[in-house]
Amino acid sequence: MKAIITVIGKDTVGILAKVSDACSKADVNIVEVTQSVLQDMFAMVMLVEISKSNIGFEQLRENLNQVGDATGTKIHIMHEDIFNSMHKI
Amino acid sequence: MLETKDILETINMIDNENLDVRTITMGISLLDCINEDIDKACIKVYDKICRSAKDLVKTGEDIQKEYGIPIINKRISVTPIAMIAAPCQSKKIAKFAYTLDRAAKELGVNFIGGYSALVQKGFASGDYALIESIPEALSETEFVCSSVNIGSTKAGLNMDAVKMMGKIVKQTAEITADRNCIGAAKLVVFCNAPEDNPFMAGAFHGVGEADTVINVGVSGPGVVRAALAKGGTGKNITEIADMVKKTAFKITRMGQLVAQEASQRLCVPFGIVDLSLAPTPAVGDSVAHILEEMGLEVCGCHGTTAALALLNDAVKKGGVMASSHVGGLSGAFIPVTEDAGMISAAENGYLDITKLESMTAVCSVGLDMIVVPGDITPEVISAIIADEAAIGMVNTKTTAVRLIPAIGKKAGDELNFGGLLGRGPVMPVRKGSPEVFINRGGRIPAPLQALKN
Repeated sequence: MKAIITVIGKDTVGILAKVSDACSKADVNIVEVTQSVLQDMFAMVMLVEISKSNIGFEQLRENLNQVGDATGTKIHIMHEDIFNSMHKI
Repeated sequence: MLETKDILETINMIDNENLDVRTITMGISLLDCINEDIDKACIKVYDKICRSAKDLVKTGEDIQKEYGIPIINKRISVTPIAMIAAPCQSKKIAKFAYTLDRAAKELGVNFIGGYSALVQKGFASGDYALIESIPEALSETEFVCSSVNIGSTKAGLNMDAVKMMGKIVKQTAEITADRNCIGAAKLVVFCNAPEDNPFMAGAFHGVGEADTVINVGVSGPGVVRAALAKGGTGKNITEIADMVKKTAFKITRMGQLVAQEASQRLCVPFGIVDLSLAPTPAVGDSVAHILEEMGLEVCGCHGTTAALALLNDAVKKGGVMASSHVGGLSGAFIPVTEDAGMISAAENGYLDITKLESMTAVCSVGLDMIVVPGDITPEVISAIIADEAAIGMVNTKTTAVRLIPAIGKKAGDELNFGGLLGRGPVMPVRKGSPEVFINRGGRIPAPLQALKN
């Protein structure tokens, strides 16, 4: 199962590292990353493989939320199917 | 990979524009629970509902967590109880309501619909007793919802039932007067009632349906309004309709995904997705505000009916391609007390019952959640039901009436339910008495539109 992590907020040092760290600790593989910085706003989208995750989806979300709180960003994780069904025919 | 802007759009819809799946409703047939002994029948009903829906709430919550989509309500609809009660000798039909209420409590669903009777052409065994028991049933239970279908395009209008429902609506309000007349908010009078509607209070499980089925109701007035707002005032009406269609498509795709997933996990066939714009009293979740975004100063001014017709049609066109099976009510809802924009329009005198009646000719439901003065006579309630049902009958569409007579209050006062049911000003009704007309009884014959064969 693949999920999409989005990180939106003010750009600061180490956001990518902290999110990647949370993923790696949970055995969540990062498949693809795109990021853009518009002025000082940071938007990152990660496609991740969570089938082999060593923690539940809820726990992963909680961990990512903590990273979000620590970095002042808003982090979401959602099932990839949502986006596929809404934006692809 | 998906485009970043699409991903961010979806997240914004959920975070800021109140996009959600409004309800997953499991329809359960109770036809195999029929028994002459009402107590035995109730045991069977309770067991069947609890067995069929034991995982409903958990599955809804799991999907919500895994997919990140808010799923607001998990509900149950059952076969119209009048049919199940038909062979019972007992006069205490309300026992079925208590049974449904216990099952709802046990399962953790927030409403159970189907304390219903279908009497569009006449009363069969069980129908009278059920309708008479509605005030007690809705007063003594918390989760049970009731509906009565009093007319259809095929059958015409059963004016005896219309007369009866005027009294029942009034009694239901009176008996729950100490709780803001809440009973009447759980009672819908239909013409052309859909048999697969997942939305309360009018949901029931039709007799032509499978044993159990999953129906999903999507929502998202806030998303549609935001899409129109982004377009600004420079767009013409054709472009507005296109924007609504595109947005409705996306919303419905999400509903379809949830419906399929729920159906698979519960091993219950997928029924339909109901493409409705269902408002809530929350700011940013209002159908009235969509109409205002189109360029009306306030919902209720001249032009409102046209704007609503456009909205209702575009929602269906956008949604219908997004789902494999569409059904239920599918369109825009205009429940006055549940819509922040409608509440404010009504409070400021822009929206009255006659304008609402004309709006119901072009949208999916009817006179919904309208608070009327407590001294309204049963005959006037019946006449409002008859007017609304006539619109549905002639236009081959569903119409419904859910009036709340605010006992002890007069026009201009306010009734506040709190929560999803919201609040609203007491609206004056038209003067003059329809008493003789209503007391005639009989049937309004089916219109020519019925003769299609």
